[in-house]
Amino acid sequence: MAALNNNKPTTSRLFMIAGLGLLAAGLLFGLTGAWQYLVPGSLKEYLSFERIRPLHVSSVVFWIIFGATGAVLTYLQQYTGKKLYCPLLVKIQLSIFAGSVITILISYTAGIFGGREYWEFHPALAIPIAAGWILFIINFIRSISSFRKQPVYVWMWITGLFFFLFTFIESYLWIFPYFRNSVVNDMTIQWKSYGSMVGAWNMLIYGSSFFLMEKISGNNKYSHAPIAFILYFTGLFNLMFNWGHHIYTLPTYPFIKHISYAVSMTELFIIGRIIWQWRSTVSTARKHFHHTAYRFIVAADIWIFLTLALAIAMSIPAVNVYTHGTHITVAHTMGATIGINSFLLLAIAFDILHDTCTPLSEKNIKWLKRGYATVNISLLIFWISLIAAGVLKARWQMQETPLPFSSMMLMLKPYFIVFFISGSAMATGFFLILYPLLKNQAACYFKYLVNKPGTGQDRLPVQLIVE
Amino acid sequence: MFFMKTDRHRFVVISLLLTAFIGYSLFLYAALPVQVAAANKEADSGKMVWQQYNCNACHQVYGLGGYLGPDLTNVYSVRGSAYIQAFLKNGTTIMPNFQLTGREITDLTAFLESIDASGKSDPKTFTLNYDGSIEQ
Ligand code: HEC
Ligand code: HEM
Repeated sequence: MAALNNNKPTTSRLFMIAGLGLLAAGLLFGLTGAWQYLVPGSLKEYLSFERIRPLHVSSVVFWIIFGATGAVLTYLQQYTGKKLYCPLLVKIQLSIFAGSVITILISYTAGIFGGREYWEFHPALAIPIAAGWILFIINFIRSISSFRKQPVYVWMWITGLFFFLFTFIESYLWIFPYFRNSVVNDMTIQWKSYGSMVGAWNMLIYGSSFFLMEKISGNNKYSHAPIAFILYFTGLFNLMFNWGHHIYTLPTYPFIKHISYAVSMTELFIIGRIIWQWRSTVSTARKHFHHTAYRFIVAADIWIFLTLALAIAMSIPAVNVYTHGTHITVAHTMGATIGINSFLLLAIAFDILHDTCTPLSEKNIKWLKRGYATVNISLLIFWISLIAAGVLKARWQMQETPLPFSSMMLMLKPYFIVFFISGSAMATGFFLILYPLLKNQAACYFKYLVNKPGTGQDRLPVQLIVE
Repeated sequence: MFFMKTDRHRFVVISLLLTAFIGYSLFLYAALPVQVAAANKEADSGKMVWQQYNCNACHQVYGLGGYLGPDLTNVYSVRGSAYIQAFLKNGTTIMPNFQLTGREITDLTAFLESIDASGKSDPKTFTLNYDGSIEQ
């Protein structure tokens, strides 16, 4: 299809490509961190764990943010059938984000911090990120002409855009002594903002996957249906009020915990619906499984189920007392960020990157399928090894006279070995997926440079001209 | 299903949710859970030092943080300040020696002391209720 042969490296696509690069970097940092679990004190001189952990976590968090941005920008143009309100703003946004992230990663490597968990960089670097995000919001709002009769995914995008900005700023309230003068106050507001922030980027990603699924199935009824909105509002309700489950053991207001416990249980409705719809999900999956993008959606569906089940259990305070502070939390976080966020974003990456250039070769697709299988199998083992390590640590925490910390860590070593091996396999699987995708993009870019714009570009159907 | 079929229903629900969320947020900002009588300068500088060296990457406070090292919420009362300072001066096989100044060490110790005074994080100190809630 000549019309699809769009090689122009548009800014929206560059967001996705930069995100994939961050994912690759994040995987390598993750492996280094897992290695430090196995060989205590390794790399202590240059890249000790306080540098590796933020390098890993920030790389993967920025993968999610870059990927989600690329997804929303691309699908917004496909949805409206028009270019963005101001393509220049997106270019500025990308430059700001790329510049900030590179500065952040370099500062971590040099051991320069100043922030808190997840945003360990110096707080001054939060300013360009917030500013870039505001440009994103302006561009989005001006590109959507009206708020009336919009499908659910547009609601989700707007929600995600505003809540990310709000929670990001809220997570910096600690710079005022009033908010940080007691650890309880500080951590209450910190986890209020973090809990909702995860909900915010999930809105961007779920909204984009919704759009993609409708595109694949060719049926756009569901995004206007009442049930879609009921699920959206359930998600929003949780985004706003369920964050207290991160701080059940913090001596903060008890009502924060009660509200969060009660609100978290409304997620049972979501999980119930997943079970209810199981059969139709499986039959749709069979129909579309040949689509690379769809495969990732199917995998994410399974992980949504597993993660949600674990999350609901952990939202019961009496269960959380055991799991809190153990690797079960890490299993939950990584299970969600890999199994759900990364898989959905990869589905979207295949949709927006792969269809717009030369198709992947048979050989590439064969390797890609192997990568897909490897990632899924190893992620399951990875997840179980973390839960197992967490269960042992939970038992240790509950002992009357516990062993010393270092002996407990030694006891967990077999699980950390499995964690490292399955993590390496998972990273390999991801590289098998990323390699053809990125190589293809590089080839596209090369073609574009050689042929220069104008030729193929003009023949594109309107909805494919994305900036 | 009639409910949620029109924009009007959706706008009503979102307005209610947003009002509740903004109200809840403003209430929490205005009435933070702990009222602090007098600012503790040393502990506050200690918090900044804690962030500057990213101690949280390996340590947890109230169970939150990285997991390579132990939770430090109550290390002050369990181990005492001399013990803490010995660790801070020398590091361990895993924990780097950050070459902290005397000032940074006293500030960090004051910070850990203030955390310790705020409550107990040990899961053994909680009672579990049949409805799934917990008490300390
Ligand atoms: C690279 C990881 C790492 C970093 C960063 C780190 N620590 Fe540690 N720390 C450890 C480990 C591991 C132990 C436990 C040593 C053992 O039990 O053998 C420890 C032990 C301690 C202890 C003694 C706890 C006890 O109960 O025995 C204190 C206090 C402490 N660290 C404070 C700090 C402070 C303050 C910082 C920041 C300036 C910091 N640590 C940064 C890894 C780290
Ligand atoms: C797409 C891939 C990945 C994503 C999105 C991801 C995400 C995350 C996140 C969000 C955390 C923070 C967890 C928490 O605070 O509870 C984390 C921690 C961590 N991850 Fe990953 N991760 C990925 C892959 C890997 C891989 C392949 C490894 C290597 C085995 C790895 C090793 C680690 C380690 C060692 C930690 C730190 C745990 C601690 O704090 O002690 N990750 N990861």
